[in-house]
Amino acid sequence: MAKITYITKAGEEIQLEASSGSLMELAVKHKVAGIDGDCGGVCSCATCHVHVAPEFYQKLEAPTEIESDMLEFDDNVTEYSRLCCQIPISEAIDGITVNVAN
Amino acid sequence: MNTTNLNCVIIGASHAGANCALELRKQGWLGTIYLVDADEYLPYHRPPLSKDYLSIEKAETSSFKPLFTKERYLEENIILKLGDRVIKVDEKQKSVTLSTGEILDYDKLVLATGASAIIPPIEGISACKKVRVLRNAADALQIQQDFKTSANKEVVIIGGGYIGLETAASLKKMGGNITVLECEERILARVAPLELANYFQELHKDNGVKIYTGTSAIKIEEKETSIEIKCSNGKIYSADVLIVGTGVKPNTLLAEEIGAEIDNGIKVDANLQTSVEDVYAIGDVAQFYHPKYEAWMRLESVQNAVDQAKIVAANVVGEAQQYSAIPWFWSDQFHVKLQMVGLSKGYTNLVVRTEADKEDCFSIWYFKNDDLIAVDAVNNGKAFVLGGKFIKNNTLVDPIKIADHAIPFKPNNLIKTETNAH
Repeated sequence: MAKITYITKAGEEIQLEASSGSLMELAVKHKVAGIDGDCGGVCSCATCHVHVAPEFYQKLEAPTEIESDMLEFDDNVTEYSRLCCQIPISEAIDGITVNVAN
Repeated sequence: MNTTNLNCVIIGASHAGANCALELRKQGWLGTIYLVDADEYLPYHRPPLSKDYLSIEKAETSSFKPLFTKERYLEENIILKLGDRVIKVDEKQKSVTLSTGEILDYDKLVLATGASAIIPPIEGISACKKVRVLRNAADALQIQQDFKTSANKEVVIIGGGYIGLETAASLKKMGGNITVLECEERILARVAPLELANYFQELHKDNGVKIYTGTSAIKIEEKETSIEIKCSNGKIYSADVLIVGTGVKPNTLLAEEIGAEIDNGIKVDANLQTSVEDVYAIGDVAQFYHPKYEAWMRLESVQNAVDQAKIVAANVVGEAQQYSAIPWFWSDQFHVKLQMVGLSKGYTNLVVRTEADKEDCFSIWYFKNDDLIAVDAVNNGKAFVLGGKFIKNNTLVDPIKIADHAIPFKPNNLIKTETNAH
């Protein structure tokens, strides 16, 4: 089980728990504003852009080339940007905080 | 508008209908929401039909990726009527009759009825019980079963469009011997330029898919253990599994019956309302006028379904909004991700950009006179995202700079400067 905190653009803090799926799927399930996941999680639409808390960013597996490419010119990109459909939920990310980017 | 005592009925529970139901709540609809679909499965993502769903190990309901969980519909108080077909709409009484005999009254009706596969007029096709199409979960399960139980894994796909090619790639990866028959002189004839079609033709060839263009199936015959497909050029192909992917037709019947204006889909105004009062149409079935592209169109895509769902929800709750989203699409085949943004129809010139440091990565930029109208990006998310921004912002992009791969791919390097603008 991993605890995950989403912070929306409006500053709302949403704490959730899950043990499987992706950060995008969990967010959609719980109506986290600003995460749509329109393409269903295949890294095609960039509607699940988040900023990962720096201390956790390094713990994640590096983004694939297509994910980095999609992010490079997206709005509000930072060095901690990720498409959260590409972040699987596991114990390893327990305690992670992500800020919704758009 | 006080919506507390009102009923909204949505017919069709795929990307458009299901998103519409949830958007209605988000945008303040307090009344009843019915979401009706003949499909029995909890509304699911459709793009994987031609991809992951074909290879799932255990075929069961949970294998299909739900758009939203069952609990979510409960929480939002959306009444699901799955497995129920709508047999009649009465626009005067404002009611919808289901196949179960149940009658649902509506104050607002949203038609999200989608589209159905076209079965081409080939001799013997309707008599053959093994002809498959790929539009819904049941179709994917059927194809998977045909494939698993077939002796030689000989698959023939009629139609070299996106559905046909994605299915070819998926079944090839599962060990099939795949033949694609395309009646036009090239694949993707209706939807992509030669440059892109050639690339995908080569991609499939390299992966062992046989594609025959200019090859029209004229007769289909079911033999004891196989299906025989005769073509106009005299060739005969034998298949264990036969799939037809030759386009779709919008499901307009219910709309026709209530006298709504139809023209290759249900015609809607900028607010996505049909010519019948309090009846709206969205998604694959809706024929609308796009203000940016100054043309009537009907789009078959997730983006269009989801974005129209948001706009129609606003209009249903009484907040007038007009639809003008920039379309985008994607297709995954083998290791290739194709992403498209904008609409290339009517382009006056196109520019192909390759990337100096990357193989198998390029983009096609479509211009109508000076305006960038569309970008097709192959394994190139940068071009997809930046191209989409340029189109949305009406940025003047310089085709000469785009074509020059010595110029680094950065926004400021690619736009027209004062000196060369005209």
